[in-house]
Amino acid sequence: MKKILTTPISDEALADLNVGDIVYLTGHLVTCRDVAHRRLIELKQKLPVDVRGGAIFHAGPIVREKDDGSFEMVSIGPTTSMRMEKFERQFIAETGVKMIIGKGGMGEETAAGCLENKAVHAVFPGGCAVVAATKVEAIEAAEWRDLGMPETLWVNRVKEFGPLIISIDTKGNNIFEQNKKTFNERKGAILERIHEQVKFIK
Amino acid sequence: MSSENSVEYMSDVMTKFTSYIGKRLPKDVKQKQADLRKKEKNPMAIEIYDTMAENQEAADKLDRPSCQDTGVIQYFLTVGAKFPLIGELEDILRTATLEATKKGPLRHNAVETFDEKNTGTNTGSKIPWLDWDIVPNDDTATIEVYMAGGGCTLPGHAKVLMPGQGYEGVADFVFDVITSRGINACPPLLVGVGVSTSVETAARLSKKAILRPVDTSNPNANAALMEQLLEEGLNEVGIGPQGLTGDNTVMGVNIESSARHPSTIGVAVSTGCWAHRRGTIKFNSDLSYEIISHEDVTL
Repeated sequence: MKKILTTPISDEALADLNVGDIVYLTGHLVTCRDVAHRRLIELKQKLPVDVRGGAIFHAGPIVREKDDGSFEMVSIGPTTSMRMEKFERQFIAETGVKMIIGKGGMGEETAAGCLENKAVHAVFPGGCAVVAATKVEAIEAAEWRDLGMPETLWVNRVKEFGPLIISIDTKGNNIFEQNKKTFNERKGAILERIHEQVKFIK
Repeated sequence: MSSENSVEYMSDVMTKFTSYIGKRLPKDVKQKQADLRKKEKNPMAIEIYDTMAENQEAADKLDRPSCQDTGVIQYFLTVGAKFPLIGELEDILRTATLEATKKGPLRHNAVETFDEKNTGTNTGSKIPWLDWDIVPNDDTATIEVYMAGGGCTLPGHAKVLMPGQGYEGVADFVFDVITSRGINACPPLLVGVGVSTSVETAARLSKKAILRPVDTSNPNANAALMEQLLEEGLNEVGIGPQGLTGDNTVMGVNIESSARHPSTIGVAVSTGCWAHRRGTIKFNSDLSYEIISHEDVTL
């Protein structure tokens, strides 16, 4: 059965989740990426959307503005989460966000922030932007539009948005860090074998 | 056709083709992904491959860009010196980018550096980026359109090795880039490696390498062997789709090379994500054209 989280997300809903679990999200999902993080943390500007108990999406979508001024979500996939690593621990602490969705791993600082504030990071499969767009029911607001289409905070109402693969859980486990160790362990022996066969300089 | 009409015609074809390749993957990439999905045993990786396939079907059906990051638009040109519109190509491709941005629609991905303003048009200083190869005594134009997304551009890396490090050092470099930065770049990746004399020559060749079809080999036997060894080796690392582990890591490894200074080995890596949006179109001098990268295209 699908496990569906609904915003506002409670601590209890996240407590039992472990890295590698697959969940879906219903409720509100706000896009928030590089410059929005910088404005909040470095420039001390208040985030124009309250995301306490909510979910943010590291994403810069393609949005079509209709003639009546409303918006249509065309294509919205995740962007590389690691770019926000520098800011995310403090971002979680200041905003009270419970779920961060993006692509690829995040580092130790974000894992510490997730542990301290009982939040999670999850991966939506990168590049699957049309699947994601079809789970957006409506764009309810757009803030900081001066940042241009990719960086605007788009407030989306979503239904069963996913699959979302938990990559950092509330215990601070980080699936990408665990995987990296495995990859590095395997690498040495493979390269040793390759070295023997590429001695083209003689 | 008058020269004004032919400029307009070619601009229109390139607008449609640029927009088209953001929505549908080239045939070699599609085929490779189907093969990797078939070989995969890990349930999470299978779920991701299936979501990828579902996404491409939805993009085709709904006629939308399959990935929201439609990249910085780059055109790699191989143009005969006698192609009649050689002098107009820069304007034609700028128009194509502007129009495809509206028609696609494409995401606005041109930020003027130092002014730090998004132009909102996908055009800006030297963008769309044009890379030229001029062919003497030829009157055709082959244009590769590439959408350089942010995620798969981030791993890009180049350096100059000392000859003592040899091709062993090249292999180490490729592995380091892919296992550290490649994980977040939407694997399974197409890995382009440039082996050359300096950073900029290696970097350009590494990008040309990912424009080569997935299943092609370098004509030099040693280079082809190295492609194969790197591909098998990286697959053995098992990075999997989205870096979440799996039976494979890459769609392929393509190497392009040049002669080098005896004291240097320039090496560079460029990566293409699984949503590798490139397209190849060839124009004849009368502007009749053939689309090489995709099948059954109606523009």
